[in-house]
Amino acid sequence: MHITRSARIVAATVIGITVTGTALTGCSSSPSGSGTDGASGSAGGTYNLWDPYPDRDSSSAWAQAIDACASELGITIKRTASNTGDTVKDLTTAAPNLPDVALIDNPKVPTLAAAGLLTSNADSGLDTADIQDNILSAGQVDGKTYGVPVGANTLGLYYNPTVLSAAGIDIASVTDWASLTAALEKVVAAGKKGITFSAVGTEEGSFQFLPWFWGAKADLTQLDSAAAQPSLQLWTDWVKQGLAPNSVLQNTQGTSWDEFKTGEYAFAENGSWFQSDADKAGYKVIQIPGEDGGAAPAPTGGEFLTIPVQKDAARYATSVKIVNCLTQGNTAADALGYVAPTKAGQDAQLKADPTLQGWITAVADAKPRTADNLGVKYATISEQLYTAVQNALSGTSSPADALKAAQTAASH
Amino acid sequence: MTTTPLDPRAGAGGGVSSRRRQRLTSQLVAWAFIAPVVLYLVFFYAYPLVRNLDLSFRDYTLASFITGNADWAGLNNYIAVLQDASFAPAILNTAVFTLGSILFQFAIGLALAVFFFRRFPLAGTLRALFLVPWLLPLLVSASIWSWMLNSESGIVNAGIQALGGPQINWLTSPQWALVSVLIANIWIGIPFNLVILYSGLQNISADVYEAASLDGANAWQTFWRITFPLLRPVSAITILLGLVYTLKVFDIIWIMTKGGPGDASTTLAIWSYRLGFGGGTPELSPAAAVGNLLIVIAFVFGLIYIRLQRRVDPS
Repeated sequence: MHITRSARIVAATVIGITVTGTALTGCSSSPSGSGTDGASGSAGGTYNLWDPYPDRDSSSAWAQAIDACASELGITIKRTASNTGDTVKDLTTAAPNLPDVALIDNPKVPTLAAAGLLTSNADSGLDTADIQDNILSAGQVDGKTYGVPVGANTLGLYYNPTVLSAAGIDIASVTDWASLTAALEKVVAAGKKGITFSAVGTEEGSFQFLPWFWGAKADLTQLDSAAAQPSLQLWTDWVKQGLAPNSVLQNTQGTSWDEFKTGEYAFAENGSWFQSDADKAGYKVIQIPGEDGGAAPAPTGGEFLTIPVQKDAARYATSVKIVNCLTQGNTAADALGYVAPTKAGQDAQLKADPTLQGWITAVADAKPRTADNLGVKYATISEQLYTAVQNALSGTSSPADALKAAQTAASH
Repeated sequence: MTTTPLDPRAGAGGGVSSRRRQRLTSQLVAWAFIAPVVLYLVFFYAYPLVRNLDLSFRDYTLASFITGNADWAGLNNYIAVLQDASFAPAILNTAVFTLGSILFQFAIGLALAVFFFRRFPLAGTLRALFLVPWLLPLLVSASIWSWMLNSESGIVNAGIQALGGPQINWLTSPQWALVSVLIANIWIGIPFNLVILYSGLQNISADVYEAASLDGANAWQTFWRITFPLLRPVSAITILLGLVYTLKVFDIIWIMTKGGPGDASTTLAIWSYRLGFGGGTPELSPAAAVGNLLIVIAFVFGLIYIRLQRRVDPS
């Protein structure tokens, strides 16, 4: 049986129009939910929060803190977690449908602020009067502050007392680089392994290298200075002499910690976030020594709660309430395992757990990566720094050459 | 059974205007049928391509995404990319990675195809097992390779050291990093070659082999005089498709070495991603320029493929 021609025309037209229509509407409708629910600004409505903690599921303390704030404010907070390495890319490609609140790793705040993705606190009305200066300065660009630090963490030098005592080393003797290297040699001679850290070719690698770089009194604006070379030489020699494993080139801080937990290693450079894990295993921690003794400044880690730019400025009022709710009474800092960013918060944490004193001191001594007026430039410098570390430790080039190439690339 | 047209004017026939209208309607029908495909091509092929070209000829920063303004840069991004210290290693690595992968994937795939073509018990099962690398998500295979090749705790080094060999820093030394990702990629690509070449073998007439065996050809002669020449059309297509696939391999390398240490295993695809999203300040326009170079290279091979296919299949 033949179908009539006009029926065919109708069918074809219908298919054509339907597909065309779907394609067009698919293109024009905005994918993000922000501002589309009509209840913007006033109480109620849905607010989007992005964080870099995909490992914390809906039953985690962090997710519960968000839920508590949502019900306190009478709104719905939709949480989206994605990998921290993708934050900049995700936020850039999301523009202009940005989330209401975004947690951003502190060295990335200046980059995103300079791109015009974030509202300054002056514009949004966020109050940061109580925040410790050195933590807050990571979020300052050209005299404006963007967001509030959720908390801070930093790096320390963990050690395994069992391995040290078996090798006959007193931790009190480890005060500078020379004594630390001597201790590593002794441990390796005793058949154990020296030190593990993360020298991976990402921001983590720079984060871990900075205490040694700054500990040699080097400056990020001059990567190939005479002061900088001994720090990279130290790491390179450790790897070359087998005092540190070759796997540091690929270790994230997480895998480095896993290595340390085998119980074979004497030392591990790692973050305050592993303190409770260390307590369970009986590991202790000291501040990372500087080249000639004293504590080296470690970089501050941790995210900022920021308020990305919205088309509808009325939404800021509620976003500020969300941020305040999360930072009030250390809710966020405790849930994420950070040292609180305020004096009052730190006192409360200390009361609950006196062993935190060491880390609170370390955070007070710590320095934001974007300090020294680096701001936006830090991202470029850091990329060259971890590339130099990778090149030197892998034997691609000598530490001096690697740093020289890094400085050339960073300054052009 | 035929139905008469519903339109009485069409039924009358003859008039010039009605014939023209008829042609117009049939053209409209044609366009309506084509519209979905055209729209699909425009939105998912033409637009991204044009956008990427635009990106590479401008100076895009993060702020450009907010303001929508980016200065015209002409060929500056391409010039900067060509003069970059990473350019020569990236081209060389891409060439070594692609040609090395193709050579070994093809040779091993062909050997296995010929092997499995001689029917023997369990051949089907074993052949199916060889498909596993193809079925696994790349993320999984690359992560497992990365663990196996770990300097300190990897099973490969454990094996080598048990036999008295030295510790090889597969993923972290400039000499071995590219070799490591090459090995992983060869392993992943063998099934593809095996499947296509095996189906090619099935198309060779058994008569030819019979004639050869009557003439007293041994296995070696049979392969080089019959199997290999008759497989040539299929081989050419397998190799060219492989080339286009391998040129743009990203995930395996990124997961295993991130292109490092230094530039030791950086290919054009890795370099493009690293410029755009890999950390540091996003350099989106140079990244797009590198991506476009990659597209041009792949395009050339694509043209060769189409050419060859036309010659193989003249219809």
